[in-house]
Amino acid sequence: MRMSVTDQDLALEAAGGDADAFEALLSRHYDRLFALAFRLTGSRAEAEDLTQDICAALPAKLASYRGQAQVTTWLYRVAVNAATDHRRRAAAHARAAEGWGDWEVNRRKAAAEESEQVAWLYRAMAQLSDSLRDTLALVLDDLTHAEVAEILGVSEGTVSWRISEAKKALARIRNEEEST
Amino acid sequence: MTPRKDDFDLDDLRSAMTAATPAADPARRAENLALAKKNFQTAQGSRAEARQSSDRPQTGGFFKGAFDMLISRTALGGLTATTALVAVGFLFLSPQGQNLLRPPVDSGPSISEPEIVTGVDREQAQDTGVSEDGDLAVADTSEEVGRVTLRDTEQVETAPLILAEPMAPPSPAPTDGLFSLYSSDDVGGGAIQQQGYGNSAVLNSRGVVAPGSPIASPDIVAPPPADTEEYANADDNPLRVVADDPVSTFSIDVDTASWSLLRSSLNRGQMPNPDAVRIEEMINYFPYDYAAPDADDISPFRPTVNVFETPWNPDTRLVRIGLQGDLPAIEDRPALNLVFLIDTSGSMNDPSKLPLLIQSFRLMLDRLDPEDEVAIVTYAGSAGVALDPTPASDREAIEAALTRLQAGGSTNGAGGLREAYRLASEMSEEGEVSRVLLATDGDFNVGISNPDELTDFIEDQRDSGTYLSVLGFGRGNLQDDTMQALAQNGNGTAAYIDTLSEARRVLVDQLAGALFPIADDVKIQVEFNPAVIAEYRLIGYETRALAREDFNNDDVDAGELGAGHSVTALYEVTPVGSPARLTDPLRYASDTPEAEAADHSDELGFLRLRWKEPGAEESELIEFPIEMTDSPDPEAAFAAAIAGFGQLLRGSDFLGDWTYADAIALANANRGEDEFGYRFEAVQLMRLAESLDAD
Repeated sequence: MRMSVTDQDLALEAAGGDADAFEALLSRHYDRLFALAFRLTGSRAEAEDLTQDICAALPAKLASYRGQAQVTTWLYRVAVNAATDHRRRAAAHARAAEGWGDWEVNRRKAAAEESEQVAWLYRAMAQLSDSLRDTLALVLDDLTHAEVAEILGVSEGTVSWRISEAKKALARIRNEEEST
Repeated sequence: MTPRKDDFDLDDLRSAMTAATPAADPARRAENLALAKKNFQTAQGSRAEARQSSDRPQTGGFFKGAFDMLISRTALGGLTATTALVAVGFLFLSPQGQNLLRPPVDSGPSISEPEIVTGVDREQAQDTGVSEDGDLAVADTSEEVGRVTLRDTEQVETAPLILAEPMAPPSPAPTDGLFSLYSSDDVGGGAIQQQGYGNSAVLNSRGVVAPGSPIASPDIVAPPPADTEEYANADDNPLRVVADDPVSTFSIDVDTASWSLLRSSLNRGQMPNPDAVRIEEMINYFPYDYAAPDADDISPFRPTVNVFETPWNPDTRLVRIGLQGDLPAIEDRPALNLVFLIDTSGSMNDPSKLPLLIQSFRLMLDRLDPEDEVAIVTYAGSAGVALDPTPASDREAIEAALTRLQAGGSTNGAGGLREAYRLASEMSEEGEVSRVLLATDGDFNVGISNPDELTDFIEDQRDSGTYLSVLGFGRGNLQDDTMQALAQNGNGTAAYIDTLSEARRVLVDQLAGALFPIADDVKIQVEFNPAVIAEYRLIGYETRALAREDFNNDDVDAGELGAGHSVTALYEVTPVGSPARLTDPLRYASDTPEAEAADHSDELGFLRLRWKEPGAEESELIEFPIEMTDSPDPEAAFAAAIAGFGQLLRGSDFLGDWTYADAIALANANRGEDEFGYRFEAVQLMRLAESLDAD
């Protein structure tokens, strides 16, 4: 039954207090949220934590959902904001060894698992500024620039510009690595 | 991977990313879902209670209440700890919490910028060689990374205080936190990695990035400085169909801040943020050789209109509307009352800010007459009068007051503004011009809870006849949108001063224009003739659009024209029958021109201009038709080159395959006399942008 209901209906019902609708909505999107969390943080452990933060905070935030945006857009916005909070706390607690670094350590221990290209991607993405990396993570999640712009609350031009900056930065990192 | 490939295929990245993304852990998934469900029920409970009142508060209202209570009831010492707890709860439980978090006032990155000018000799070096900036940037960076990391640590320690103080007005943008929270984020990618991602050590161990060295590139070491800067802009003016929407109305804009900002970005090796690019301000940065008004002109300015082929599209035309303001003889000018309102907050303590500001004002003092009066108000924490109204002839007293200025404390923009306006009205006598010159790096964060309040205050003061000019200094924290809003509402101009030569341009070369308005509330309206023109678009002026009915409404504010200033606006128009037409004519709604329009088939449109004599209540009007005959002009062609450059920087869709090289060629061919070298500088910047964009 539930599966034929649109995201938007579910979200509005949930915003109105329907616990089943909320559960259905969240389980429908949990895996996608987790994947985005992973892209935003670069570490499985961090992504699990971040997803937990999102799940914990979502009910309170849902009250403000008025059906004005696509549910996925709205969810992604919550996720990106949660990632920002998460980073801030990580910084505050000086948990410096986690995140991309942790992932890199693990990767080097079990080097065989991933291709060199993927490893490189994570290493390089870690060097981007937060805003570039977040934007790139969203675009890599098959969203259009317009959708990403809505999620981040910036203009579409800014998204395109950030993507081109990110691409340039990645190209540069690659070229520099190869010349060393 | 292919070496030396200049671009990335996003699809490759995407599949790599997808391959790397692990599946969610089922156990954690179940736990998290359960947690969410539990929180959902808790949230329902509290919301149900809240619904008892007839007027349900918005989410976060409860926490906000508790938060306010703690603020008002608790002694400051205890405040830090308790509010931190509440604020953290507030933060995670309410959407508003996100927006409360803003960088502390002084956390603006104080990375010393390569183009900072500390003296005339450096400035000259800067003027002649762009490449020097690049060298400086590299040289500065390694020091900066270390220092910045320290700063970041300080900020982390004071985090609870930051949480407890909603210092800045919450912005509607949902991602504010994302872009403004980390001071390190603005300053150096290196610092943030050590904090949040902790990966630089690992990277170092791999030898990929040497420790402490500038990481990889300027883009990474110093990410776009736009991060805590806020820009005023809007989407590009869309293409309009004359049949649907024949009338275009806008206010003139003589600001030039956008050009200086983008110059500062490019000189630092950064492409400017598209939102920082306002094309009309780029065009209006340059003086044009327009005919000045003579005795026959009823208006204090002379309009000239030219029509010529669009450089980036042979099938459309550009319509250049230029207004040249009258330049009254300088000895006839009224006495001037100047109140320097100077931000002396801690963030101004930077060679590109307060010291440059003081030098700039010194330059200006030379141009003042003995009858003029100067006062100085500072604002930092509390507003204070640093110099009571003093005749400009008492140069010593003014110099001494300028020398005493020191940066320190936080910013209280509103208090200072009140004081400055009070002094200005005190100094003002019949027939004199009073102006407040606000110099700031953009912080208005303490003491003003609501930016609208500030704007309202300035609007009220505008009616008292005092003008306001806003001068921006320094980068990294510049609230361009606040500056624009203040200048636009305060009958004034906003300029951004990055070098002493820019200060000379704004405050000395164009002193008369900057300080003496010759026409207030200048509005332009063009009605296009549907028999001749199918489509049009106004290039730039996005933030200056007016509604059609605002044109005749004298209560609607618009831009001021200063003595000797010129203003240029460009329309790109598509003639009827042109292959460049982007929209199809309607089949059912008749767009056959009416008889009257056909009668004027040699007219492309009708131009109406409204303005007020300075201080007058009622506007005056001149109007005349624009003829559809080509009248190319080198000045107009240069303006077109700048407009094209601006559109390239904004990523506009209208340029086809027109490139920076085309802009450079066009600008170079139309440099004219270029007395001050501004156009030469423009070409240099286009070259720089071309090479940066090609990266």
